Amino acid sequence: MTKLTIRGNMATALGAKLCRPDVIPAYPITPSTLFPEKISEYIADGELDAEMIRVESEHSAMSACIGASAAGARVCTASASQGIALMSEMLFIAAGMRLPIVMAVGNRALSAPINIWCDHQDTISQRDTGWLQFYAEKNQEGLDLMIIAFKVCEDKRVLLPAMVGIDAFVLTHTIEAVDVPDQKLVDEFLPKYEPELRLDPEKPMTFGSFGTPEFYQEFKYMQTEAMEKAREVIDEVFAEFKKKFGREYRKITPYKCEDADVIILTMGSMSGTARAAVNKMREEGKKVGCCKLTVYRPFPAKEIVELTKNAKVVAVLDRDISPGFGGALYGEVSAAFVNEEKHPFITNYIIGLGGRDILIKDFEWIYERSMDVIKKGRVEKPVQWVNLNEEVL
Amino acid sequence: MELYSKGHRACAGCAEPIAVRAVLNEAGPNTIGVVCTGCLEVVSTGWPETAWEIPLIHAAFENAASVASGVEVALRKLGKKDTNVIAFGGDGGTFDIGFQAVSGMLERGHNVKYICLDNEAYMNTGIQRCSSTPYGASTTTSPAGKYSIGENRPKKPIAAICASHDIPYTATATVAYIEDLRKKVRTALETEGPSFIHVLVPCPTGWRYPSDKTIEISRLAVETGIFVLWELKGSDFNNIKITKKIRNRKPVTEYLKTQGRFRHLFKPEIKQDVIDRIQKEVDEKCKRFGVDL
Amino acid sequence: MVKVTLGAVNKIAGSSKNYKTGDWRTLKPVIDLEKCKKCWACYKYCPEGCIEKTEKGPIVDYDFCKGCGICANECPFKAIEMIMEER
Repeated sequence: MTKLTIRGNMATALGAKLCRPDVIPAYPITPSTLFPEKISEYIADGELDAEMIRVESEHSAMSACIGASAAGARVCTASASQGIALMSEMLFIAAGMRLPIVMAVGNRALSAPINIWCDHQDTISQRDTGWLQFYAEKNQEGLDLMIIAFKVCEDKRVLLPAMVGIDAFVLTHTIEAVDVPDQKLVDEFLPKYEPELRLDPEKPMTFGSFGTPEFYQEFKYMQTEAMEKAREVIDEVFAEFKKKFGREYRKITPYKCEDADVIILTMGSMSGTARAAVNKMREEGKKVGCCKLTVYRPFPAKEIVELTKNAKVVAVLDRDISPGFGGALYGEVSAAFVNEEKHPFITNYIIGLGGRDILIKDFEWIYERSMDVIKKGRVEKPVQWVNLNEEVL
Repeated sequence: MELYSKGHRACAGCAEPIAVRAVLNEAGPNTIGVVCTGCLEVVSTGWPETAWEIPLIHAAFENAASVASGVEVALRKLGKKDTNVIAFGGDGGTFDIGFQAVSGMLERGHNVKYICLDNEAYMNTGIQRCSSTPYGASTTTSPAGKYSIGENRPKKPIAAICASHDIPYTATATVAYIEDLRKKVRTALETEGPSFIHVLVPCPTGWRYPSDKTIEISRLAVETGIFVLWELKGSDFNNIKITKKIRNRKPVTEYLKTQGRFRHLFKPEIKQDVIDRIQKEVDEKCKRFGVDL
Repeated sequence: MVKVTLGAVNKIAGSSKNYKTGDWRTLKPVIDLEKCKKCWACYKYCPEGCIEKTEKGPIVDYDFCKGCGICANECPFKAIEMIMEER
């Protein structure tokens, strides 16, 4: 094991490198650009035995990923924001074709207006694609989740692609201390990729067929069942990872939630700030806790219900917005509770869009709003925007 | 063994399977096919059946070239360099929506043989206009009418554009000249790097002619100089080789009058200016390339 | 009932042969083997690939022939005639 101080992009690139990918089709986009740059350096210096395809767009990047993966290669790539939106069509296709591709995403806001900084709209807007989604809180998680993602995806019970999200600039470009696992241990953890179904002149098959109404629904069901199966596979892989590398990952990681009246749900780097805020508020005697989601797809509904059912208010933080509704995570947490006999108030806070910094005082503001809800005994405004600058509106 | 087998759902008289059979019979079974959305894909890959006796992948409409790039690189990495990678794209998926992907694949120099099956419109979705549609042809989105002569833009010179990428081999072919097509496929397979073969494939449904005339019309396209059969290594057009020179080139009307999509040029009255323009462009092109014997 | 496959892969190459396109046609080609000089134009130009090259000459697989008429139109020796099919 080596200890390095590296940026998030470097961490995901190292994580990918350790997994010995065969083919990496990639296109640059801020803030993920360092990933293909680093990969090309590794290849150029003989540190990574892989082929990179310097494609001419993100759509072609995912298309080439699909071709290479179907031909039997282990494939990964990286992108962000507009690139993810551009390759959207191919994301659905990769999942429908059951190809275990792993993509590192530098979570960045979507245009318009154009913005290169952090929010989760890019991957959240692709939550229906059938890709697994992991969100990293720290650069260490970015590295580890790449390795975990490959192992989960290539499991014969799953065979679905996965995205690993690292926040733009906050993680991609910020230097943190990271433990880099030994190649030997990663090789033991993640064996060679040997797909059963692949493009092979010895056993010719057709991939990407034309599915009529007679069969399409069953194919989609099969794909969805694989995503459901991924729940147990993820737990198994997390456990194995802990045993091998000593770091624990959970689908959701609660912090000081046991007796909390208010539980704040977070994803991504804001989870670290949430814990610092909780510590501060706990010292003031406030009964508050926070919980970060590391796995967003498949959605850990059961785990969230189990954790928060006795709280009075759940404040769901969304670094994304679905105009005309609210945040995505909020919608899904609400759906998790809707048929439960008893549930806490579920409130939504739109926060940190377009790279607006998320501060401890924001969490304090959220706590105060949550206390209002408890006092009033009802939710007057389910969706609220945090730190909105009323003066410029 | 036929590598594109019977039972596919193409229209009777469709030229695409004629071309595909010739290409695959030349390439042999150690081949992986990549096809984009279009007539060819839809008629041959209806789950659970497939007409393909070689491994085939279809992903989307505009990316046969990028998917093929991925396949080719994966094969190289996995030590299977000998397997041919042949990408089949319709004119829609090559001239228009797939143009970027084709250009990227050619520019990066992948060892992929790209066969463009050009029926001069978006046939699979019902005969809509494409940049491959020739001047004066009627399609459903460029229909002939009181104020319209049909398509009013010239055909995009796709093969010339691809050759300008300075790729090792570019050629044009058509189904009436099967030996010529096969020879060009052979050259492409034996030339390392990207190849682009533009194959004109008449469509009885879209061009509106009786199904038995497919080969005859393909031959007329060449005999009138409308479609020139050539091949080129690299991008210097001074080195172009015309593989079928024409003696006593027929007037373009011989070709135009066979197809319903040009009917409006003859009935209710002859649109001589359109026909003259077509003839003039063909004459200039044949002169420039030395097509006439 | 055929079971769905992973990723909708069509596992059986050439399985389109299960669908007999022969019932699409109205006209059917009849080959006069006396006139045939085995130039194989019909074999090359058949969109279905349903003309087989044999010692005796070309044999049409009527299970799949769509009756397009290309073979008859192209035969240089006028050895193929399209006749209305009796059904």
